[in-house]
Amino acid sequence: MSTISENSAVGRVQGGGGLSALAATLHTTLDRARSKLFDLLPLIVALVTLLGIWELACRGAGSSLPPPSRVVSETWELIINPFFDNGGVDKGLFWHLAASLERVAIGFTLSAITGIALGVLIGQSSLAYRGLDPIFQVLRTVPPLAWLPISLAAFRQADPSAIFVIFITSIWPIILNTAVGVRQIPQDYRNVARVLRLSPLEFFFRIMLPSSVPFIFTGLKIGIGLSWLAIVAAEMLIGGVGIGFFIWDAWNSSLMSEIILALVYVGLVGFILDRVITVIGNRVAGRKVG
Amino acid sequence: MTHPYLSLENVGMDFTVAGRTFHAVTDVNLGIDRGQFVSIIGHSGCGKSTLLNIVAGLTRCTTGGVILDGQEVNSPGPDRAVVFQNHSLLPWLTAYQNVRLAVDKVFGASKSASERHDWTLHNLRLVHMDHAVDKRPDELSGGMKQRVGIARALSMEPKVLLMDEPFGALDALTRAHLQDTVMEIQARLNSTVIMITHDVDEAVLLSDRIVMMTNGPSATIGEVLTVDLPRPRRRLDLSDDARYVGYRASVLRFLYERHAKPEAA
Repeated sequence: MSTISENSAVGRVQGGGGLSALAATLHTTLDRARSKLFDLLPLIVALVTLLGIWELACRGAGSSLPPPSRVVSETWELIINPFFDNGGVDKGLFWHLAASLERVAIGFTLSAITGIALGVLIGQSSLAYRGLDPIFQVLRTVPPLAWLPISLAAFRQADPSAIFVIFITSIWPIILNTAVGVRQIPQDYRNVARVLRLSPLEFFFRIMLPSSVPFIFTGLKIGIGLSWLAIVAAEMLIGGVGIGFFIWDAWNSSLMSEIILALVYVGLVGFILDRVITVIGNRVAGRKVG
Repeated sequence: MTHPYLSLENVGMDFTVAGRTFHAVTDVNLGIDRGQFVSIIGHSGCGKSTLLNIVAGLTRCTTGGVILDGQEVNSPGPDRAVVFQNHSLLPWLTAYQNVRLAVDKVFGASKSASERHDWTLHNLRLVHMDHAVDKRPDELSGGMKQRVGIARALSMEPKVLLMDEPFGALDALTRAHLQDTVMEIQARLNSTVIMITHDVDEAVLLSDRIVMMTNGPSATIGEVLTVDLPRPRRRLDLSDDARYVGYRASVLRFLYERHAKPEAA
């Protein structure tokens, strides 16, 4: 208290400009923090309400599902210690998530590259479009897990099979959105390219890619979401390290709290993956992708 | 015998739709000298834009041909730069980058990087856009976008500058500003220009010659009017100049008396 009055005394003597500027900065910082808090307030209220209802509903002795308080107390070891590794599949949640993410990264990278290439092909060539689009439209409705037996038969190994399921699940929205993006390139841009005599390669990098980036990233966003959906299901069946198998293992041991904790992590990771693609998309496009 | 710099010879354009052939443009013959500003005016649907696209090489004519500086035109190229009606700037590039793309493509081999940089800025300065080089098209007004479009076309040092209703989408005041800029640039660079327009005042103010098109189908050149007004021209001085009023009246008579659009309400 004494320092403040001292400071203000000095400030007054020296004209007070520096201090009032400091006060203004402090004020705007506080304002910003307050408005941030205000933005988050509805979310916090909703979360507390939902957790409260859940707690009340599951608190009874005969309840088949644990209330949130018991979920936290039963899984506390897993929450505070995500990095342990006792060999085999007895690992911390970080390692399970990392294994799943690695499969998604490989499968999704392959499907992004192949999907964009095929999308450009059917977007540019009406012949390819008429030949391939009907096939893609049928294949894209096949549920992810329906591909698993075929890929297990083809690859005879768990890991490549899971990666193939990711690939085949996420590729369709990437192909179809890229094709739409390429087909909507305005004739004006094509005319500009023709007047400038851009080579096909220059056209691809200078006009086609930037013009269809918003569409491509919409496809990538849907694709990464589907990948994450598919990997959890596929891992339940193929076993090994991975968040899907962790859930299945917990179910076999009737550890409901561990399943619930894993679900929270799956949801958060899926959300982060989606945001990452959006942020990259905005960066690449230099404008909002949506 | 001297050939004109740019000549259209028996140019015709047929479209075949569902087995029926439709003559859009027939027998267009036109010679344009170096440094001339020529407007093509006519009602909508008379094939003005088709004609411009043929000169640009974006469309192939079905009969006849176009010869520019002794060479036949059969594909698009930067020697016939186009200012498109709706600017056609690439929205992910800044004003500078839009012009620079053209400069790099045309002068990539003949100019150094710093020369290309200077040339890009020089052209943006010509159209008075040097204050907004780092703005993207969506941050620019319609008139400013069109200015950048003109800078991009000029930066290619085209043999002929093709403008497809360049000011059609602009309000009257902005349009007047851009017309002044174009006149100023044309006087400075002595460019050869073909401009499509449907604005009579614009045609008379800017042109050395006005090509008036008859209505389609089978549209062709109805009349060519030579506008013999001294340059530099100033719109205020001209508005009650007897010759200007006379030229204006003869274009209006052509468009609304002799070749009025039949279905026009």
